[in-house]
Amino acid sequence: MAAPEASTAAVPTLYTNNTLRNAFGGVLSFFILLLIGVLAFSIRLFSVIKYESVIHEFDPYFNYRVTQFLTKKGIYEFWNWFDDRTWYPLGRVIGGTVYPGLTLTAGTIWWLLNSLNIPLSVETVCVFTAPIFSAFASWATYLLTKEVKGAGAGLTSAVLLAMVPSYISRSVAGSYDNEAVAIFALIFTFYLYLKTLNTGSLFYATLNSLAYFYMVCSWGGYTFIINLIPMHVLLCIVTGRYSSRLYIAYAPLVVLGTLLAALVPVVGFNAVMTSEHFASFLVFIIIHVVAFVYYIKGILSPKMFKVAVTLVVTVGLAVCCAVIAVLIALVASSPTKGWSGRSLSLLDPTYASKYIPIIASVSEHQPPTWPSYFMDINVLAFLVPAGIIACFLPLSDASSFVVLYIATSVYFSGVMVRLMLVLAPAACITSGIALSEAFDVLTGSIKFQLPGVTSNAEVDAGETSSDTSEAQTDEVHSVWAAAEAYSAPSIVLTTRSRDGLHVFDDFREAYAWLSHNTDVNDKVASWWDYGYQTTAMANRTVIVDNNTWNNTHIATVGTAMSSPERAAWEIFHSLDVKYVLVVFGGLIGYPSDDINKFLWMVRIGGGVFPHIKEPDYLRDGQYRIDSQATPTMLNCLMYKLSYYRFVETDGKAYDRVRRTEIGKKYFKLTHFEEVFTTHHWMVRIYKLKPLKNRIRGKAKKSKSKTSSTSSSKRSGTKKKNPWQ
Amino acid sequence: MEAWIRARVTLALTLFALLFFVSRSSPPLQFVISNAERRIDLSSHIINVHLTLKVENTGTRPASEVVLALTPTEVDHLAMVDALAIKGKRKKTTSVRLEVKPTELPDAPPIDAKYFTIYLADPLNSGESTTLEVLYVFTHFLEPFPAEIAQSESQLVFYHDTALILSPYHIKQQTTFIKTPSTKVESFIRVEPTKRVGTEIKYGPYEDCPPYSISPIHVHFENNSPFAVVEELVQEIEISHWGNIQVTGHYTLVHAGARHKGVFSRVDYQSRQFSNGASSFRYLLARLPARVHSVYYRDEIGNISSSHLRTNSLKSELEIEPRYPLFGGWKATFVIGYGLPLQDFLFESSDDKRYLNFTFGCPLIGMVVDKLTIKVVLPEGSTDPSPVVPFPVEHRLEL
Repeated sequence: MAAPEASTAAVPTLYTNNTLRNAFGGVLSFFILLLIGVLAFSIRLFSVIKYESVIHEFDPYFNYRVTQFLTKKGIYEFWNWFDDRTWYPLGRVIGGTVYPGLTLTAGTIWWLLNSLNIPLSVETVCVFTAPIFSAFASWATYLLTKEVKGAGAGLTSAVLLAMVPSYISRSVAGSYDNEAVAIFALIFTFYLYLKTLNTGSLFYATLNSLAYFYMVCSWGGYTFIINLIPMHVLLCIVTGRYSSRLYIAYAPLVVLGTLLAALVPVVGFNAVMTSEHFASFLVFIIIHVVAFVYYIKGILSPKMFKVAVTLVVTVGLAVCCAVIAVLIALVASSPTKGWSGRSLSLLDPTYASKYIPIIASVSEHQPPTWPSYFMDINVLAFLVPAGIIACFLPLSDASSFVVLYIATSVYFSGVMVRLMLVLAPAACITSGIALSEAFDVLTGSIKFQLPGVTSNAEVDAGETSSDTSEAQTDEVHSVWAAAEAYSAPSIVLTTRSRDGLHVFDDFREAYAWLSHNTDVNDKVASWWDYGYQTTAMANRTVIVDNNTWNNTHIATVGTAMSSPERAAWEIFHSLDVKYVLVVFGGLIGYPSDDINKFLWMVRIGGGVFPHIKEPDYLRDGQYRIDSQATPTMLNCLMYKLSYYRFVETDGKAYDRVRRTEIGKKYFKLTHFEEVFTTHHWMVRIYKLKPLKNRIRGKAKKSKSKTSSTSSSKRSGTKKKNPWQ
Repeated sequence: MEAWIRARVTLALTLFALLFFVSRSSPPLQFVISNAERRIDLSSHIINVHLTLKVENTGTRPASEVVLALTPTEVDHLAMVDALAIKGKRKKTTSVRLEVKPTELPDAPPIDAKYFTIYLADPLNSGESTTLEVLYVFTHFLEPFPAEIAQSESQLVFYHDTALILSPYHIKQQTTFIKTPSTKVESFIRVEPTKRVGTEIKYGPYEDCPPYSISPIHVHFENNSPFAVVEELVQEIEISHWGNIQVTGHYTLVHAGARHKGVFSRVDYQSRQFSNGASSFRYLLARLPARVHSVYYRDEIGNISSSHLRTNSLKSELEIEPRYPLFGGWKATFVIGYGLPLQDFLFESSDDKRYLNFTFGCPLIGMVVDKLTIKVVLPEGSTDPSPVVPFPVEHRLEL
C-alpha cells in the first residue's frame, strides 16, 4: 500500500522554505488523506464481502430498530417514543434513555440521500455508517496530531488509526453501534480543544463545545472527555503553563458544553448532578481563581501582591474547607457516592464483580488479557513509549495533553476490554509521532550524508526500511484482523469444512419463525442477550433486553431459568410469557450458548431472590452438566429446555461444547412443549402449556411426576430392584 | 431542476383471480351429448379436470353456442376454464382454441348452477356432431379433514363432486375417472357401477342421464403434496435506460393444507423424514428466464443462504428453501430479485412505440397465487403507457 510510504515523502517538504514545495506538499497531503479515507472505509468492508450487508451482533439491532422508527415516524415521535415491546410489562422510554447521536446521524444521512433521489434502504445506511465515520475519524486524527507535532506525524497517525484493529473491531460495516460515531466525535473534540489551546480563538472554543455536544449525544463515554480535559487544564496550571489561551479553551467548554449536554434527554440534569462531572466544575473554579491571581499579580506591585496572597490564602482556605466539607457530606450520603455503577467499576476494578454481577456478566466489561493488547493494537504497543518520549521533546501544551491522554486510556483499557477503543486513538497518535520523528531523523541524516560518503547512508537506508517493514507487519496484521477476526456478524456463523463453506443461520431462522408464526402480541422470554434481536428481527415483545436497566426484572428471568419446571412456569405465566427461547450450542459446538451463560442467570437471580443459591448448582466449585451434576442443576428449566430430547440425536447425548455426556438424558416436559427448533438446534423455542381444567387430579399427577423425574439415581435403583 | 425530479411512471396492473365479464345470450338447448368422459386429477392441490364431450346438434337450426354448467362452489374455486375443439380423426387431430364466456340462462333452472358458454368456431348444423375438450382448473378446492394434524400424521383431504356431470343437456353416456396421488383412500361414495383400481376410481359408465341430474360423491384420500399458496405477490418490473430489467417479487407464502397442531420436534423431523412432517415442504422451484443475472433471495432480516441457481441457455432454475420447513398454517415471506437483459424483452415497433413482452404470473412452480400485483416501472420520459393483457385485469397509472 502506498499510503504510509507516501506519507514519509511528505515529511521533508515541511523543512523546505520553498513555497512551491510547500504547495506541492499540501496537495500531496490532501491526496494522501483522501487515500487514507478510502483505506479506512474499504478495510471495513470485509464483513459485507464475506458475509452480507447485514447488521451485526446485539446492540446494533436496537440502534437499527430505533433508526427505522425515526425515519418512519419523525423526530418528535422519536423523542416521545415509549416502547411497549420490551421490558414487558414495564416498557421503556426510548426517547429519554437512548444516546441519540448515532440514530440521528444515520437518520440524517438517510434523509439526505433520499432527498437527492438515492433510494437506499435504512438498513444499508446503518450498515455503512461506521466505515464512513472511521474515515472521518482518521481525518480528525490527522488534524489532532498536526496540532501536536505537525503534518507528517498527522499523516502517519491517520494511517495508523485507519487500520488499528481495536477500532476496526468496533467499526466494521454492519457494526452499527454508538462507538462507531463516538470515536470520531471524541478525536474531533480533542482536536478542537488543542486547536483552541494553540490559537486562543473563541471561534474554535465554540466549535469545541458543539463537538462535545455531539459526543454527549453519541456515547456515554463523553465523561472521559469531561474528566480528561480538566485534568489537562489542572496539569497545565500546576506546571505553570497557565495562559489566557488555556482559559479560552476551557471555560467556554465547561459552560456551553454543560448547557448543551443537559439538552440531551438521557443526560439531562446528570450533567450537573453526578460525580462524573464534578471534576470539571472544580477545575472551572480553580482556573478562575488562577486567572484572578494572575490578573491581581499584573496590577499590584510584588510586595503588595505578597500581602494580598497571605490574606487571601488564610480566608480562602477556611471557606474552601467549609465548602469541601459540605460537598463531601453530600456526596457521601448517597450509597454509590454519586457515581454510576459503570464509572465506579472503572475506578475500582473489583467493584462490579463484587456488587453488580450484571455489569460483570458482560464479556466486554471484563479486563483484557495481554494477548488482546497485541491483537488489538499490535506493534503500536511498542511504539507508544517512543511516542511519549517524542512528546517530551519539547513539551508543549498540546503534547502534554497527548501524554495525559495515553496514560489515562492505558489505565481504562486495563480495567475494561471495551475501553481498548479509547486507547486505540491515543496509541495511534503517539505511535504516529514516534514513527514520524524516527523518519525525520533518518531521512534527515540521508540528506545530510548524501553529498559526502555514501556508505553510511546505506546503513541509514537499511534502518529506514526496517522502520517501514515494521509498519508493513502492522498493516498485514490489521488486514488479517479486519478480514478474519472482526468481520463475523455473529448472527450468521460459517465454518469451513472439507465439503466447503457451511453456514449456520439458525438465529435468523428462529426469529423469522417467531415473526411469521406467532401472534404479534405474544411475549417471548429469553436471557437478556437476545432481547434486542428478538424485538428487532422477530418483532415480538420481550421481557428483558440488552439495555439491562432493571436488575430485578433480569433477576426474575434468571430465577425462572434456574428454577424447576413448575416454579418457572408460574413465574413466566405471571409475566404473560407465551414462548421461551433458549440458545443451545451442544449439537454443533457453539460455545456462547445459554448453558455457558447459566452461571450469570444463577448469580443475578440469586442476588435478588435468595432462594436461588449458587452452591446448589455447583459440584466441586464448577457448573457441571454431566453425571456429576447436582440434582438442582439437572432439574432446572435451562437444563431441561436445552437438552430436551437431545439424546435422540446421537444416542449418547454428547455435548460438544462441554465435551461430555449430559447427566440426565431421558426426561419429559410437563409444563412446556417444544414448538420450534432450528436446523442446527442452536435456538429452541418452547411454548408454555395452558393450565389443565382438572386442577385436583393435575396437582397429584404433577407431584408424582416431579418426584419421579427429580433424581436420576432413583430411576437407576428402580432398574436394579424392580420388585421393591 | 427537472432532471433531478424523477418522473416515475408506474403502471400497476392488478389481477384478481376469477374476474370475468358477464354477458348474456339465449339458451341454445338444442344439443345432446352423446358421450362424455371426465378425468379428474387430484395429485396436487391444483385440480385439473379434463372433460371430453361429444356434442350432437339435435335441433333444427344450426347452433354455435354450447353451454357448460358448474355448481356455485365450483365456480368459487375455478381458476381457469379453457375449451378446445378437436377436428379430424385418430392421429390426424388438430385442436382449435375456443372462446369461453360466463353466461346466465334466463329460464329458471331446476338447481342452482352457473353457466359458461363455448362459442364454436363454425356453427354446428342440424344432425352434426363435434368433439370438445374442456379443461377446468380449481384451486383451494380440497378440504383438509381432519383440519388440524400433528407432525407425524399425514394429510387427508376431501374432494366433493358429483358422479354425474352437471349439464343442461341430455347425456347419453358418461364416465368419470378420479386419479388420487396414492393408493391410500380412506373412503369414497360408490355410485354403481364404481370401480377402484390402484390410484384410479372409475365412476360409470352411466347411460341416459337427463339434464341437471346429479349424484353427490366425495373422496377422502391422502394428499401430501405441498399445499403452497402465495397469499400475495407484488412483482415490480423496473425498466432501466441502461439495458437492464430489474424484477423484484415480494412473496407471502403460506402452507394452506391441514393446520399444524402441537409440537414441532426437530429430532423427529430430521431422523424420520418420511413418516414425519410428510405434508410439510422445504424446497420451492422457480423457473426464471434464461440469461438471468444478479439473482438474490432474501427477506426483511437479510439474505437467506439456502438457494441454488442453475442456468443454461434456455432457462434458469432457482431452487429456494425458506428459512424453515413450512407446516400447515405456517407462513414465510421472502423477496426474489433478478436482472434481465433488456433486449430479450423489449421490442420496438415501426410506429415509434416500444413493447415490453413479459409473462404475467409467478415464476414458482406448483404455486397458487391469491392476489397478484404487477407494477411496471417505466423509465423517465415515457409517455402514454397502455397494457395489453389477454384476460381482464384491473389496472391503473401512478405518477
